[in-house]
Amino acid sequence: MALLKYESQVRAPLVDGNKDYHQVTEDIIRPIETNPSKLWWVGFIISIGLLCFGVVSVYREVAYGIGQWNLNKTIGWGWDITNFVWWIGIGHAGTLISAILLLFRQGWRTGVNRAAEAMTIFAVICAAQFPLWHMGRVWMFFFVFPYPNTRGPLWPNFNSALLWDVFAVSTYFTVSLLFWYSGLLPDLASVRDRAKLKWRKFFYGLTSFGWSGSAKHWQRHEALALVLAGLATPLVLSVHTIVSFDFATSVIPGWHTTIFPPYFVAGAIFSGFAMVQSLLVITRKVLHLEEYITLEHIDVMNKIIVLTGSIVGCAYLTELFVAWYSQNKFELWAFMQNRVNLHSPLGWSYYMMMGCNVLSPQIFWFRKLRRNLTVTLFMSVIVNIGMWFERFVIIVTSIYRDYLPSSWSTYYSPSVWELGFYLGTFGLFFTCYFLFSKFFPVIAVFEIKHILKKSGDNYKEKMTIAEQEPAEEFAHEMLHAH
Amino acid sequence: MSIKKFVVGCFTDEQVLFSAIKKVRSSGYKIHDVYTPMPIHGLDKALGLRDTSLHTAGFIYGITGTLTALCGIGWIFTSDWPLNFGGKPHFSLPAWIPIMFELTVLFSAVGMTLTFCYLCQVAPFVKKHHFHPRATDDLFVMVLECTPKNNEADMSSFLGGTGAIEVNVQEAETGWWLGTYDKDRKPFEKKKASLA
Repeated sequence: MALLKYESQVRAPLVDGNKDYHQVTEDIIRPIETNPSKLWWVGFIISIGLLCFGVVSVYREVAYGIGQWNLNKTIGWGWDITNFVWWIGIGHAGTLISAILLLFRQGWRTGVNRAAEAMTIFAVICAAQFPLWHMGRVWMFFFVFPYPNTRGPLWPNFNSALLWDVFAVSTYFTVSLLFWYSGLLPDLASVRDRAKLKWRKFFYGLTSFGWSGSAKHWQRHEALALVLAGLATPLVLSVHTIVSFDFATSVIPGWHTTIFPPYFVAGAIFSGFAMVQSLLVITRKVLHLEEYITLEHIDVMNKIIVLTGSIVGCAYLTELFVAWYSQNKFELWAFMQNRVNLHSPLGWSYYMMMGCNVLSPQIFWFRKLRRNLTVTLFMSVIVNIGMWFERFVIIVTSIYRDYLPSSWSTYYSPSVWELGFYLGTFGLFFTCYFLFSKFFPVIAVFEIKHILKKSGDNYKEKMTIAEQEPAEEFAHEMLHAH
Repeated sequence: MSIKKFVVGCFTDEQVLFSAIKKVRSSGYKIHDVYTPMPIHGLDKALGLRDTSLHTAGFIYGITGTLTALCGIGWIFTSDWPLNFGGKPHFSLPAWIPIMFELTVLFSAVGMTLTFCYLCQVAPFVKKHHFHPRATDDLFVMVLECTPKNNEADMSSFLGGTGAIEVNVQEAETGWWLGTYDKDRKPFEKKKASLA
C-alpha cells in the first residue's frame, strides 16, 4: 500500500466520520447554500441593534466632544483605550493560528484557522474605532499619516510610540486581510463551481477571482502562504509589543515597565484564544460542523489558554515583586495602594483580573474539563472579562490617583455613551461575523482536504496495516509513489 | 490568442494521477496543466515545473520597505524638518526600528500578493475556461494539449488507459495564461530509485 502522507496512529484524528473529498465540500459549503436558521436571524438582529446603539453613542461623542465619556483631566484614557487594547488583543489569535501554527506544522489549525482569521480582521476593525473616535475631531484623522502637506510641512513624530501604533495596527490589518483572502480564493471557487442560482454564480465568480486550481497556481499559493506566515509571525508579536510601548515608554508609575511587551503578547494570545473558543463552540453547533471542529481542537486550544494564562499570572507577580524590589515610592504606591489594596476605590478590579485570568483557567489542567463544551464556553467568557479588567487596571488605576492628590476626587465612572460605544463595537463585530458565516466557508475546505488522507478518521484506520509493514518495503513503495 | 483543442482526463485519486502523469510524460504527450481541488505536494516536481521565484520577489519588496522607512524618516528628521526632542540626536535609529519593521512587512506582503495575482492572472471579473466544475471539489483534472503530431482519439484512449474515470475533448481559447509554462518545464528524466 503506497502512501502519500503518513501520520502516527497515536495522534487522534482531526476529521471525524467517514469523509471523502466531496463530502468535505458538501458539509462545509452547505450552510452557504441554505437559508439561515432562526437562531442566526435572532443573533443577527441583536447585533444590528447593538451596532445602532454604538452609532448613536459615537454621534453624541462627535457632536458634543469626548466629555460625553466622563473623561476628565486625570483620566484622559478611560474605557475607550481599555477597549482598544482589549479588541486588539483578541485580534491576535487568528494570525497566531494561521501563521505561527503553519510554520510549526500543526495540522489541527486547519479546522479553526478560517474563522479565527475572520475574527481577527473584525476585532482589529473594532479596535481601530477607539483611538479614531477618541481623537475628538475625527475628520482630521489623516493628520497621523506622513504626507507632504501645507502645514509646514509638518510631519508626525516618528519617535513616538503612538505613531508606531498607527503603523503597526494598519500593517497588521492589511497583512491579516491579504492572508485571509488569499486563503479564501480556492474555497470561493468551490462555491462558485457548485452554484445554481444566478446571483450566487455572479457573486462567487467575482470574489473567487477566476481561481482554477492549476498546479502552478497552487505552487505559488503555497509559497505565498508560507512567506506571509513567516512575515506575519514577527508581526503578531510586534503589534502587541508596540501597543505595550504606548504605556511602557511613558513615565507613569504602573506603566513604565520593561516586562510589558512579553506580558502583553501572552495576554493577547490568551484572550484571543478565549474569543475563538466562544465563537467556535457556538459555530460548530449551529452549522453542524462537529466533525471538523472536534473536541480535539477544543482541547488543544484550552491547553494554550492555561499556558498563556499562567504566563500572564507570572507577569503579574513579577510586576509586583519588581515594584517592591525597586523601592521606588511612586511605583510602590501605584501597585500597593491603587491596586492590591482592596479598600481603595478601584482595588476590586485588580482582584477581578487575578481571579479571572490566573486562577480560573487552572481548571484546564484536567482533561475532562478541557473537553467539556459548557465549561469551555463559560471559561472563554470569564477569561475575556478578566482580560478586559487587566487593561482597565493598567490604564485607569495607574492614573486615577497620581502625583497630585487634589485631583483624586475625580472618581471616574463611564457614561452611558461610553458604554454604548463599547456595546456598539460588539454589534459591529458580531454583525460582521454573522455575515461571514452566511456567505463564506467558515472552515478552510481545501486545507481540510489536504490533511484528510493523513488525519481523517477513516484513513487513519487503513494506515494501521501500513504500520505493520516491514520498513524496507514501505520505503521502496514511497520512492515509487511519484 | 487562438482556439486550441484539449483532451481532458479526470482522476479520483492522487496515486493514480501521479502514475498517469509519469506515463503521459514519458510517452511524449504535452500536459497543458493539472487542476486539483487542493495543493498536492510533489505535483509540481512530477510535472517538471520549476520552483517559483515569489520568495525572491517578497525579499526585494521587503528591502524596499525597509529602505523607504529609513530614508523617509532619516530625511524628514535630519534635513527636511529637524525637531529637537529633549536634546536627543536627530538621527535616532533605535526609535525608527518599529516603523522600519512594519513597512518591511507591509511592502513585502502587499507586493507579493499583487505579484501572485498578476502571475496567476487572478482578479475580479477575470473570465477563464474551467475544464471541469468538479476540479474544485473532488476531481483531479489532467489536460493534454492536442498538437499537429498526435490525434485526439489516440490521446483519449491513452488517457483512459492510465486510470482516468472520465475523458473528453474540449476546445478553448488560449489567453496568455494558457500554455505559458512550456519554458518553465524541465524534460522528463527517468531516475533510478535508491534507498537513502
